[in-house]
Amino acid sequence: MQTKEFLKQMVEATGVSGSECRVADFISRVYGEVCDDVRRDVLGNVIGFKKGSGEGKRPAIMLAGHMDEIGLMVTQIDDKGFLKFTQVGGVDQRTLVAQEVVVHGREDLVGVIGHKPPHLVPPEDRNKAIPMNELQIDLGLPVERVKELVRVGDVVTVKRSFVELGKDIVSCKAMDDRAAVAVIYECLQELRKLRHTADVYAVATTQEEVGLRGATVSTYGINPDIGIAIDVCHGAMPGVPEQDTAPMGKGPSIAFGANIHSKVFDQLVKLAKEYNIPYTLDPTPAGTGTDLWAMQVVRAGIPTALLSIPCRYMHTSVETVSMTDIKLSGRLLAYFIASVDAAFVEGLLCY
Amino acid sequence: MLLRRLTEAFGPSGFEHEVRAILQEELEQYVSVWQRDALGNLIACKEAANGPRVMLAAHMDEVGLMVSHVDDAGLLHFHKVGGIDDRVLVSKPVFVGKERVPGVIGAKAIHLQKPEERTQVIPHRSLFIDIGAKSKDEALEKVKIGDYVVFATKYDEFGQGLAKGKAFDDRAGCVVLAEVLKEEFNFPLYGAFTVQEEIGLRGAGVAAYAIEPDMAIVIEGTTCNDVSGMDEHEYSTVLGGGPAITFMDTASIGNRAMIRELVRLAEENNIPYQFKGTVTGGNDAGRINVSRAGVPVVAISIPCRYIHSPVSVMSLADMENTIALIKLFLRSIEGGFRV
Amino acid sequence: MKELIKRLVETYGPAGSEESIREVIMEEVRPYVDELHVDALGNLIALKRGGGKKLMLASHMDEIGVMVTSIDENGFLRFYGVGGISPFSLIGNRCYFANGTVGVFGMERLDAMKDLTMNKMFIDIGVDSREAALEKVKVGDVAAIKREFCDLGKRLVSKAMDDRIACAIQIEALKQVQNPAYDIYAVFTTQEEVGLRGARVAAYGITPDIGIAVDVTRTGDTPKCATMAVCLGKGPTVKVRDSSVLCTPAVRRHMEEVAKANDIPYQLEVLEAGGTDAGAIQLTKSGIPAGVMSIPCRYIHTASEMVDYDDVLNGVRFLVKLMETEYQG
Repeated sequence: MQTKEFLKQMVEATGVSGSECRVADFISRVYGEVCDDVRRDVLGNVIGFKKGSGEGKRPAIMLAGHMDEIGLMVTQIDDKGFLKFTQVGGVDQRTLVAQEVVVHGREDLVGVIGHKPPHLVPPEDRNKAIPMNELQIDLGLPVERVKELVRVGDVVTVKRSFVELGKDIVSCKAMDDRAAVAVIYECLQELRKLRHTADVYAVATTQEEVGLRGATVSTYGINPDIGIAIDVCHGAMPGVPEQDTAPMGKGPSIAFGANIHSKVFDQLVKLAKEYNIPYTLDPTPAGTGTDLWAMQVVRAGIPTALLSIPCRYMHTSVETVSMTDIKLSGRLLAYFIASVDAAFVEGLLCY
Repeated sequence: MLLRRLTEAFGPSGFEHEVRAILQEELEQYVSVWQRDALGNLIACKEAANGPRVMLAAHMDEVGLMVSHVDDAGLLHFHKVGGIDDRVLVSKPVFVGKERVPGVIGAKAIHLQKPEERTQVIPHRSLFIDIGAKSKDEALEKVKIGDYVVFATKYDEFGQGLAKGKAFDDRAGCVVLAEVLKEEFNFPLYGAFTVQEEIGLRGAGVAAYAIEPDMAIVIEGTTCNDVSGMDEHEYSTVLGGGPAITFMDTASIGNRAMIRELVRLAEENNIPYQFKGTVTGGNDAGRINVSRAGVPVVAISIPCRYIHSPVSVMSLADMENTIALIKLFLRSIEGGFRV
Repeated sequence: MKELIKRLVETYGPAGSEESIREVIMEEVRPYVDELHVDALGNLIALKRGGGKKLMLASHMDEIGVMVTSIDENGFLRFYGVGGISPFSLIGNRCYFANGTVGVFGMERLDAMKDLTMNKMFIDIGVDSREAALEKVKVGDVAAIKREFCDLGKRLVSKAMDDRIACAIQIEALKQVQNPAYDIYAVFTTQEEVGLRGARVAAYGITPDIGIAVDVTRTGDTPKCATMAVCLGKGPTVKVRDSSVLCTPAVRRHMEEVAKANDIPYQLEVLEAGGTDAGAIQLTKSGIPAGVMSIPCRYIHTASEMVDYDDVLNGVRFLVKLMETEYQG
């Protein structure tokens, strides 16, 4: 499958934090085609395993991109059949007004998050965002039918189709962070052409948006010699300072700082230069706010690195990324994996 | 003098190399087995056949800055590393990078400010470091994006038995730990010089996982606000009041048996001590406490006024008394102590 | 069972000072379990053998409280909260220390009530000097809120219903369980109120195959309250989520099936703030399937937490059936 097609099907699938089953099934199936083994752990992380070549103890490298997306959850069904809801992960309430949604009840139901017509909004309220607890989902069904089909705790996603904007830029919900799962897929395909001694654990993690939970337990289970997280960073856009963003289409942003092992960072930069892969730098002194923050302190500590894909409009339902960035990142990861041997891993403990 | 060397060393969270090297050199003849890990913790292992496994921990890292962007004028913009109050940054000399390129954090002259500006805090995102470069290219010859920055503060002694300098939190703790490690005890003792405390207690948890201690003592530089304008009940600690024992903070609750024993030993040996009077903040004890199946912990702190700023103040007697109290506690474990 | 509840809620035991409540619980469960063990953080782990997988139950025995941070020359005590305690909930209340010393909460003169913070309050233990105070209380001592158990018939009110009502249910279920389908590790955890610390280390030590926490949850059935589809009297809840955990879907399904099969009324719970021990259990090692049964409770973290007695009895039935029904995963 082409990476773009893989990405399209992924982002259109449902997988709100804690309810990643559907997107996980799809990823498992596709990873199955490029991995030696695919399994699922207790928190639902999809773990693809690709064996390295050579005998003896092989280094283990874990790649983590989270497959969960932010979403909504039903908290109450009112007397008229409207649904009250809360967020799962960081949802900007302003992005919800006049949105079509899918309520994942006993069956998928299309609904609308409506709002008061402007004619009826008092002038003093027009400049205020509508708080989430004043919004509601309209399913257009009688209350009895709603109560048969929907229960408290059901998750809700924005209804959105994948769209290509020109040749390179693509947009949909859930690019954060399924673009990273696509990077890992690209890397796995690239690895078929390369010789690598390291074992690769390609992990699509769960529950990142609610506290890096999937990465915490999957890293414990795998206990890798090196852990690399792939996530999205803010793509350059008007109104945001240049130093807070990375340009779209200019390759991955490579982070460094306390959350990253300096030798793994150095190696990534060295390889990017060697193979003429463009990249940008992302100085991050403390928390990266990604799975990596959890991965680094698992057990007795894991050497870590972070690649980020520039993404505009993060945590909206029109997250936008560049296919070029995905491909370049996948290639860089593959070259990195091919370069790792036992001596490199041993060197990571020498400070 | 070890305290001077350590406080003047360059070591923001994630870049503790210099501190690590000084400590290893200092303890060369006392410690034969060193353990290292993926985060850069340095663990002195003094093995013994019997007795409880005791972990002592002091963190090597300090708060600082990191260069995030170099603008066309050759000025350096920066992120903060750890908790620094924006208000302490203006008008300070700094060192950029491990080559210690000197720089200053300036501000618009008072003459050029509107009266209302003077009442406002200048956020760190509006500040910059001037290293005397005239252009972006010239600046990038001397520094690079991602270089760490520390305050250019000299250690000095002043007043009555006081010292001033940067990074007493927790280089003073490192001194205490180093001095304790120079003695021999009859149980396995692990001295962990940890990394990344200031950005979220990162190093101590993984060190504790590796050590698997039966109990742990964390040695910290802690807040001290016994200054004018504060009510006594708002003091966290008092300068010169001796080592401060923590009952509880946001990260852990101190083990009662260990605290009782420390108090008994201090009183019997006429060592001044105090209890930390505030519960805000947290330290490495929090991570060690919940490591694996749980570890009894207590934090003992050296009071430091003006902590996390370019110049903090501590009492040398507090540091000496902390050393003495911890040594006494460890001797008491030799005689059999149960948490 | 009301006698047991009264005994538990009226026992002293703020987070980090759980010795007394642990003694009480130990005495209650000893006849009904095979092993008792106390770990490094003070968790009480009661093992009842039934063979098969390991089921960890967690109800926390700690309660919120206050810790003395200084004592002034007139004998007034300054303090900080232990756990999520609001200064507003303390006004007009009393507290008591492990040695029985009783104090009342007072506050400095304020221009506006909204300015109230913990460090503008103090505890008055009825003495007039520091020396006299020191005979009763030391810095670092912890007090619990003082409030007696009150039986309103259908509803029960007390301090520390959070989470002694769960301890009571767990004890009662240990007494009633006939055919445990697991080796049941019934843990009475410590330090939940300050960050789920006890459950975290207990789960690491036990490494269960499944974990179920028993806790209280908020309700949406009082005037002009936050939106929440949980009511007093409609049965214990099966939690979907709170801020610490998204319950493992398979565990949630298992719990619902057990409730349905035994005609136990239950409600689904989405709690927007607050956490439970299940959050810590689920993230232990390489992950533990985890769920939560909650008892609906009004006025949580005040001196008058209210539960419905039918919910409690149904909670016991539910927990017994959960102990007797194997989780297939």
